[in-house]
Amino acid sequence: GGMAAAVLLLLLLAAGPGPGRADAGQERRDALREELLLSPLPTGDVAATFQFRTRWDADLQRGAVSHYRLFPKALGRLVAALGVRELHLALTQGFWRTRYWGQPPLQAPAGAELWVWFQPTVTDVDKAWKELSNILSGIFCASLNFIDSTNTVIPTASFKPLGLANGTDHHLLRYAVLPREVVCTENLTPWKKLLPCGSKAGLAVLLKAERLFHSSYHSQAVHIRPICRDASCLAMSWELRQTLTVVFDFFSSGQGKKDWSLFKMFSRTLTDTCPLASQSKVYVDISPKNKEKELLEVSPPPTSVHEAVVQGEKKTYAVYDLLSPSLFNTSRSLNVQLKWKRPQDSSEMPIPTLHAQRYVAGYGLQTGQICTLIYNTHPYRAFPVILLESVPWYLRLYVHTLTIITKGKENKPSYIHYQPAQDRRRPHLLEMLIQLPANSVTKITIQFERALLKWTEYPPDPNHGFYVGSSVLSALVPSVTAMKDVDVEQSPLFTSLFPSSDGSSYFVRLYTEPLLVNLPTPDFSMPYNVICLTCTVVAVCYGSFYNLLTRTFHVEEPSRGGLAKRLANVIRKFRGVPPL
Amino acid sequence: MAAPLVLVVLAAVTVRAALYRSSLAVFIAERVEVASPLNAWKRVVEGLALLDLGVSPYSGAIFHETPLIIYLFHFLIEYAELVFMITDVLTAVALYLAIQDFNKVVFKKQKLLIELDKYAPDVAELIQTPMEMHYIPLKVALFYLLNPYTVMSCVAKSTCAINNSVIAFFILATIKGSAFLSAVFLALATYQSLYPLTLFAPALLYLLQRQFIPVKLKSKSFWLYTMQYASLYLCSLVVIICLSFFLLNSWDFIPSVYGFILSVPDLTPNIGLFWYFFAEMFEHFSLFFVCVFQINVFFYTIPLAIKLKEHPMFFMFVQLAIISIFKSYPTVGDIALYMAFLPVWSHLYRFLRNIFILSCVLIFCSFLFPVLWHLWIYAGSANSNFYYAITLTFNIGQILLVSDYFYAFLRREYYLTHGLHLTRQDGTEAMLVLK
Repeated sequence: GGMAAAVLLLLLLAAGPGPGRADAGQERRDALREELLLSPLPTGDVAATFQFRTRWDADLQRGAVSHYRLFPKALGRLVAALGVRELHLALTQGFWRTRYWGQPPLQAPAGAELWVWFQPTVTDVDKAWKELSNILSGIFCASLNFIDSTNTVIPTASFKPLGLANGTDHHLLRYAVLPREVVCTENLTPWKKLLPCGSKAGLAVLLKAERLFHSSYHSQAVHIRPICRDASCLAMSWELRQTLTVVFDFFSSGQGKKDWSLFKMFSRTLTDTCPLASQSKVYVDISPKNKEKELLEVSPPPTSVHEAVVQGEKKTYAVYDLLSPSLFNTSRSLNVQLKWKRPQDSSEMPIPTLHAQRYVAGYGLQTGQICTLIYNTHPYRAFPVILLESVPWYLRLYVHTLTIITKGKENKPSYIHYQPAQDRRRPHLLEMLIQLPANSVTKITIQFERALLKWTEYPPDPNHGFYVGSSVLSALVPSVTAMKDVDVEQSPLFTSLFPSSDGSSYFVRLYTEPLLVNLPTPDFSMPYNVICLTCTVVAVCYGSFYNLLTRTFHVEEPSRGGLAKRLANVIRKFRGVPPL
Repeated sequence: MAAPLVLVVLAAVTVRAALYRSSLAVFIAERVEVASPLNAWKRVVEGLALLDLGVSPYSGAIFHETPLIIYLFHFLIEYAELVFMITDVLTAVALYLAIQDFNKVVFKKQKLLIELDKYAPDVAELIQTPMEMHYIPLKVALFYLLNPYTVMSCVAKSTCAINNSVIAFFILATIKGSAFLSAVFLALATYQSLYPLTLFAPALLYLLQRQFIPVKLKSKSFWLYTMQYASLYLCSLVVIICLSFFLLNSWDFIPSVYGFILSVPDLTPNIGLFWYFFAEMFEHFSLFFVCVFQINVFFYTIPLAIKLKEHPMFFMFVQLAIISIFKSYPTVGDIALYMAFLPVWSHLYRFLRNIFILSCVLIFCSFLFPVLWHLWIYAGSANSNFYYAITLTFNIGQILLVSDYFYAFLRREYYLTHGLHLTRQDGTEAMLVLK
């Protein structure tokens, strides 16, 4: 009897923490890794890239998932309900100056950029897109509800899925950019709320709005994509990456000194780790430039040193593992300091292999020209680049004026996809695959005409101009050093953003400057006057013709006099004077 | 008569060839007064380039020409300048032959009315003599070929020249009396720019007059002829539209061409009244005013037909003028066509009241258009109101010019039947008023 009771108790005890164990089982199904990369830039500025990666081994599409732990419920419900396969949203302020700062780890265009791959099961992609942009507008407090058919395009070649994909029907892809969108604290707060630890523990404590927006470049992004659960890729997991890149300016934030520290940049130091994170690391780029000895000194001493081939170059990183117990032994807080051993020569600035710029040429408000210059500085390798231009309908592009000149000769694109705009319905889409010869500058020009819009279609400050979204350059740039295949789970997050097909080249997506174009404006104070005057002219015609058509010529009869004359005659009769 | 015509043609061709080679060609081609979204040459080239890229030219909002133009210029794109010069010459020759025939008809009709004693006895000075009518066809050809508006239109390679040519051939066919050719050319003209639909009425009246069929609503022969002409016209129109369908295998050109002409979505400034009106229109009333403006072009036809049923050629002239002034995207090429007819009514000169002021207004406005455009678009020191004001003035000038000629025409008709020296009942000199 007692034995049976003991067995029953044992069974109960085993069954007791059952839900807990199920919880523990589910706990093992999602994982958070956070990482901060500090890279000093050639001009003396410093770039800080935060990445928070939540990986969730669940299938959001099938079956109702109701228990959300690390993965934010708002985004999970969104992915499940609207049949989203991949979502990439970036809100950026400023422009990444590739020529001076080098190739960015992940660049985004100025303003808001949203591109989404939908599942093949979605029947009405446009409706899902509209709903998605409205819901995201609410989640991130950004005016993404302005995304409509006039700024959405369907690229055919530039945006391939970054996660798992079987079959890529480009009709399931939508891309929109809002260049006028401004990023501020209002957008940062909901972004921070999506993080599992919020901004209370771990690396996210450094995200203080007043320092982050006092910078040259601020870009916060959300990337959701499906990935392989393991090397055999039999099952699928969902990955959510929240990235925030900020570039602190040497003059304004650094007060003219090139020495940086976490406290100088963020006015906070790291005090503890996020208890929900399985990995929390700070990487500092201490790679020597120009094969010199290390110029940069970091303190306190790092927990380890990591070497990797990133973007085709061998780089060395000082790693601070916040989960290692030795880090917070000496002091309660970690303030990583970067000091330059000797002043950096400005002539040592390396030029990135691929960079581009875009500008508007021409004068007056009638016509203009969009010029894009793409530089390939590799000494001997040529590679192709896909250029995507999405121009609003009110700048009427003339594709017969498209010229591509490289080294003085015409360079015909091997693939060109052009979709002309429809007034007030969709923008122009121009996608080209251009071969860039080694060590060359390619100039692409296209002429446009500026349209006169209806007075209600102008924004509140019409003479400010209209923004044209950045054009997108996607290329596989040949790398200097061969890259090995990386295991996503073992390598730093900043190396596993883009899937690499082979070790000899790395994928780069660059954005050019947005353009600001003035359009001719009507006089906004004149609607009533214009209606009156134009209708008067029409009435003049109507009146003249009416007279000529309905009246006939008559010989003029002597008039018997008007009322005044008759009254005068009556008075004259009284006076006895002859009448008029 | 052929030799002076050949000289005029040579002079016109020389002027055009000289301008093509000069730097003015690019400047003129960009002018909004000469090239509208409907007939600019840049857009024709763009449409053909889109076709080469494998995209339908009608999928965007750039190309609004009919498939016939695609077909024509697909083969003739390298000889474009020659094509436009030849088109102008053909138009002038067609107008020359048409007016030559018309003069003969006018003279015959005049002789008949004199013999029937329809004219008053003292109107000898109003009767047109063969002497003064001899040079009118040459003057018409001259007015058309050497009109600066036509020259600019040709140098800009605006397809308005092709539209004018088709209308000129239509007028020639009508005056020659061939109902079939007249219907075919009218269908072609309507297919090209929709508004020549209203020229159906004057052509019908002219052909009826030529066949001596009286215009009475109860007359069976009238209805029979009308039905014949209308069916010829509609059949040719249907055939042309179906042929256009087979060129690109889609009906896309109908909303792109006719939908564009009727709904006026493109507000590029031009010399007409539509652009600024719809740029400043409240959205709520947009559709209403589009309908009103379009009806405005068509609804003068019936009243004019009733009033001018004995004078179908003058009706044709007034109708052409109304189309040129009130169409949705007018250009100076359209104006040049109806101005070419002014020498035909040169005998009305003595009855015109405001001809000096109106010609001054038209000339000054023509010079002010590019100046105020430059100030608005390039210098930035004026705004759109300046250009709009000149548009209004120019259109008022044109309207008053046409109505002045109309007044003069009606007045001359009155004098012809009632005598030149009018006296009142008490024998004093009389004044003529319109009442």
